[in-house]
Amino acid sequence: MTWQQHLPALAIILPLLSAPLCMLIGLRRVAWLIGVATNLGGLLISVGLLQQVAGGNVISYELGGWAPPLGIELRVDLLNAFVLLIVSALAFWVFVYARRSVDAEIDSDKQTGFYAGLLLVYAGLAGITLTGDAFNAFVFLEISALSSYAVISMGRDRRALTAAFQYLVMGTIGATFILIGVGFLYMMTGTLNMVDLAQRLPAVSETSTVQAGFAFLSVGIALKLAMFPLHLWLPNAYAFAPSVVSVFLAATATKVAVYLLLRVIFSVFGVEFTFAQMHLEYLLLPLAIIAVISASLVAVFQTNLKRMLAYSSVAQIGYMLMGIGIASAMGVTATLLHLFNHALMKGALFMALGAVVLRVGSVQLHQLAGLGHFMPWTLGAFVVGALSLIGIPLTAGFVSKWYLVSAALDAGWWWLVVVIAIGSLLAVVYVWRVIEVVWFQPPNAALAGKTEAPWSLLLPTWGLALANIYFGVDTSLTTGTAEAAVGALFGVTP
Amino acid sequence: MIDTLTGLFNYWVAVILMMTGLYVVVAQNNLVKKLVGLGLFQASIFIFYISIGKVAGGAPPIIEPGVELYSNPLPHVLILTAIVVGVATTAVGLSLVVRISESYGSVEENDINQADRLAELETGDDQA
Repeated sequence: MTWQQHLPALAIILPLLSAPLCMLIGLRRVAWLIGVATNLGGLLISVGLLQQVAGGNVISYELGGWAPPLGIELRVDLLNAFVLLIVSALAFWVFVYARRSVDAEIDSDKQTGFYAGLLLVYAGLAGITLTGDAFNAFVFLEISALSSYAVISMGRDRRALTAAFQYLVMGTIGATFILIGVGFLYMMTGTLNMVDLAQRLPAVSETSTVQAGFAFLSVGIALKLAMFPLHLWLPNAYAFAPSVVSVFLAATATKVAVYLLLRVIFSVFGVEFTFAQMHLEYLLLPLAIIAVISASLVAVFQTNLKRMLAYSSVAQIGYMLMGIGIASAMGVTATLLHLFNHALMKGALFMALGAVVLRVGSVQLHQLAGLGHFMPWTLGAFVVGALSLIGIPLTAGFVSKWYLVSAALDAGWWWLVVVIAIGSLLAVVYVWRVIEVVWFQPPNAALAGKTEAPWSLLLPTWGLALANIYFGVDTSLTTGTAEAAVGALFGVTP
Repeated sequence: MIDTLTGLFNYWVAVILMMTGLYVVVAQNNLVKKLVGLGLFQASIFIFYISIGKVAGGAPPIIEPGVELYSNPLPHVLILTAIVVGVATTAVGLSLVVRISESYGSVEENDINQADRLAELETGDDQA
């Protein structure tokens, strides 16, 4: 075997090994450098994997040389190579951004642990994305979840502790539900390998055991991806976590959970079972619609900007679920595109807020009046991210909304288009409220003497902001990959 | 009737434990007790998995001459992993409770929420 064939395993092992390395060396600057280097490696690996599967190949990697279905298999196709690219690109970018922000928000003796925790979150997310084994997915889910509880609790506000505890309780219930679901499937099929499950499930799909397993899996994953009304852990966790963690989790963690839902629905159970027999869309669509409208409404009334963006995330997850609920290739393509684009826009927005936290020490809206005069570049990036969030043409957000609207129209559901429009208008309201305060109000006296954020924060922020525009104009990479990945999903399980 | 009660005895126990655990998590005000409930909830799943592995008439999965039918050892191995995860969860949860107790001076959810609300009234922060 050449070393390129080991890329799937390396994508997980690299961060998993560098996390303890950070702790052993124990120097915070070195830990940061290790993190950047690891994630650069992760990014290159994911690009390499995407190239290897570009033609529609599927890589099956036998962990430890044990052949599936008995051994654990890492299975890479276009879908998870694409998701891994999102996760690793954002993780790398977050680490580049992290140094100044972490210096300001985390005590220096805890920074190595913090970086190690972030690397473990990344290792877990990469594991969920790549694995082809249902039980393995649960284990990686817990690796990323446990380390994210730890890094969230390192926020300066003591409410970060209660937020992390709340997340721990709900996250564990969600993960245990997934475990029950996997147990039911194992009971009926005697296998944990996803491909093997997909082959054996149709024969027993009428049994209540399999149907209960499906229900447990869906609810468990829904808790993890913060589907309305199971999103209660998310707003506080994002609002009070250190800024770097907010960027990282908002851009990646829920995305991977959405991917897991896609994998379970399309690759394990199949379209036939999920939509024709169990009618998951009757659950997904109404909840997605409520999420879009209600979470956007709540966001309008938030005065803590990080909480506002967190509620906006719940709404955006609503759009992704809507795409799945439409249950057409076009709808799922919209979901995948929104995974990518939402990571870009929320990354840029949370990074801009991280810079605001560094300079002002607060993201309470009433304290930020006129901040645009002091930090024009930071808040300029915020405006670009916000435009993309709304879905203005020439931004990435427009592309995914366009696909979603087309999918809804293809299905003949004009009322869904109305919902999407209302959601976008609400986004205009809550985003404009911020822009109005920071750009058009007279400067707050307390802000006198505040200066622009340092380059080390501005460059990554603008990098993501410009990516929002780039992927809004040149959509060949995103739409091409997403369409091909979805084609494979619907092709494998007709 | 008797068959559903006795034949599925393990599963009944698992379900009862599961519901008890979940109820404790939701109903208890004390954070440590919530973690106890969470542990119970997870333990019920361990029992459930271990019950799956039993093959009717099967011997313990240790290779011995003359034994044809073995119970399935795989669920047990899976559950070893899940137990480790459960231990880690409890450890992280308890250490969070320690830090909550240090900064709030209480591990009762009511007290903590009240302290947060008071602090927010003073500083003008929001909390939904």
